[in-house]
Amino acid sequence: MLQAIADGILSGSIIALGAIGLTLTMGILRFANFAHAELVTWGAYMALGVLALTGAFMGPLEPFSFGVPLIMATLVAMVLTAALALAIDWLVYRPLRGRANHLTLVFGSFGVSLLVRMIILLIFGGGAQYYSNTLQIAIPVAPGLRILPDQVFTLGLTAVIVVALHLFLQKTRLGLAMRALAENPELARVNGIDTKVVVRWTWIIGASLAAISGVLYGLTVQLRPEIGFHLLLPLFAAAILGGVGNVFGAVIGGLIVGLAESLSVLVIPAGYKLAVPFMILLLVLYIRPTGIFAGTVGGAK
Amino acid sequence: MTGFAAYLVFFLIVALTYSIVVMGLNLQWGYTGLFNAGVVGFFAIGAYGTAILIGPDRAHLIGGFGLPFPVGVLGGMALCAVAALIVGMATLRLREEYLAIATFGIAISIQLVALNFESLTGGAQGLVGLPRPLFGLFDSPASYNLFYLGVVAAVAGLVFLALETAVRSPWGRVLKAVREDETAARSLGKNPAAIRLEVFVLGCVLMGLAGGLYVGFIGYVSPLDFLPILTFQIWAMLIVGGSGNNLGAVTGAIGVWALWAMSGLAISRLLPVAYQSQGGAIQVILIGLLIVVTLIFRPRGLIGESDSVSKHTGAR
Repeated sequence: MLQAIADGILSGSIIALGAIGLTLTMGILRFANFAHAELVTWGAYMALGVLALTGAFMGPLEPFSFGVPLIMATLVAMVLTAALALAIDWLVYRPLRGRANHLTLVFGSFGVSLLVRMIILLIFGGGAQYYSNTLQIAIPVAPGLRILPDQVFTLGLTAVIVVALHLFLQKTRLGLAMRALAENPELARVNGIDTKVVVRWTWIIGASLAAISGVLYGLTVQLRPEIGFHLLLPLFAAAILGGVGNVFGAVIGGLIVGLAESLSVLVIPAGYKLAVPFMILLLVLYIRPTGIFAGTVGGAK
Repeated sequence: MTGFAAYLVFFLIVALTYSIVVMGLNLQWGYTGLFNAGVVGFFAIGAYGTAILIGPDRAHLIGGFGLPFPVGVLGGMALCAVAALIVGMATLRLREEYLAIATFGIAISIQLVALNFESLTGGAQGLVGLPRPLFGLFDSPASYNLFYLGVVAAVAGLVFLALETAVRSPWGRVLKAVREDETAARSLGKNPAAIRLEVFVLGCVLMGLAGGLYVGFIGYVSPLDFLPILTFQIWAMLIVGGSGNNLGAVTGAIGVWALWAMSGLAISRLLPVAYQSQGGAIQVILIGLLIVVTLIFRPRGLIGESDSVSKHTGAR
């Protein structure tokens, strides 16, 4: 039970990081980006690629399984993931914006998600991979609860990022502009906010967080081309549960989805774990479609 | 029959089965603007529903009612309608994206049920040895396939005619009105949410019908026939053929399925054995490119939607 809660919080924090980017793009760009979860996969594999090129030129930082090279690789992966997001926006979403049916964008992202996943499969192969073969020893924290140092790192990093992002959205001009655009696009434009700049930064921030989420997933679980495909539903569930456009809500939503997935194994066969986010999603849509912390865009038409 | 003719019959049975799915999707997306990201889920519900109802009784499995094939297919379609209602009622009064997300979710869940609910679905092995309708009346598999092609073609033709009649009726015009301008449709006393739900359920029922026909033809169901890629293939068929046009939907189904089969053949002939697994990825990339490129450069597809202009406005 205790172990299940700890595991749930861990996977929940990874879902939260991905869901923040998704909720920002859904709130500011106003479409459900089916390719967002593939940015998570892309980020994870880019870090792996960089790691393969540079090699582990330094030993791991005890007690973690990774060292400076993975941290550097993650930074490069963030840049490469942001670049991919901007490239997709320019190549696919830009020509589709302004079509009469705005769902055309959703359709486009649906096609893009397939392309990104298959390109990763083509480059890196379909098997499971790891950043490091170092075996970590779990530390017993309480009776029936063991935690890996990497897992503690994941939780700590997530907390730091969430606080930093909160400060950014509350205190900086760009953060204010992003919130304004999410809340009321017309009013934001009238007030002289350069929407193109805001859109660009939304992609950069969302993609960078997706890359970090991917690396943390690779670190604590494993790397597979299907990471994104399996994360898509949890990410959507978390973003909608927290209220679309609401960063804090996405974090809480992510933790709830992670915990529910992890605890569900105690009640239902483990094979159905992936369906739990869908159940949460249906419940939210039936009972409270604006999410628990009513998002900026909301679910009601 | 020569090998090629036999293959052609086989190919057409599958392509026409998919064309029914594409017509169902066309009703949802092409006419009403509903994004269904879980096509394969509804196709699978129809298939498994039919399989469970027509299958022979087996001690270790639930189901196996041994019902006649048409009853089985109707049952599968009814199951599809229930699933569509659950998803549709949750999402169709909300932002349009939520339907896309929820349908994606139901497809994943159906796949999990197919894989894990072994006592009902047979798990990874699936359900095998299902009776094929009227199989006993034919002396060779080849002549049976020819007969089955006739059945599928007749059903596809009926669906085509019914849809053509429906979309030209006043009900069909409301669909486009809801798609183009919901506020205007509502101001004319139409209920967009109710119309969306009708269309969504009807489209999903057609996907279920196709699933049932598919089972009747191959004689078994397994999770491998309902992989997520099928959803993308069906979407490629619709967008390439031309959404908003039933003839386009059928053309796209046959065209894209031919492209898929030929690209698979080309890859298996041209790529060295060591790279065959990558060949599958290349095939899928082609489908993804087909969707994205058509969407950007030729959103009307090959045939596309014809302009709808009232005959009372005079010559254009």
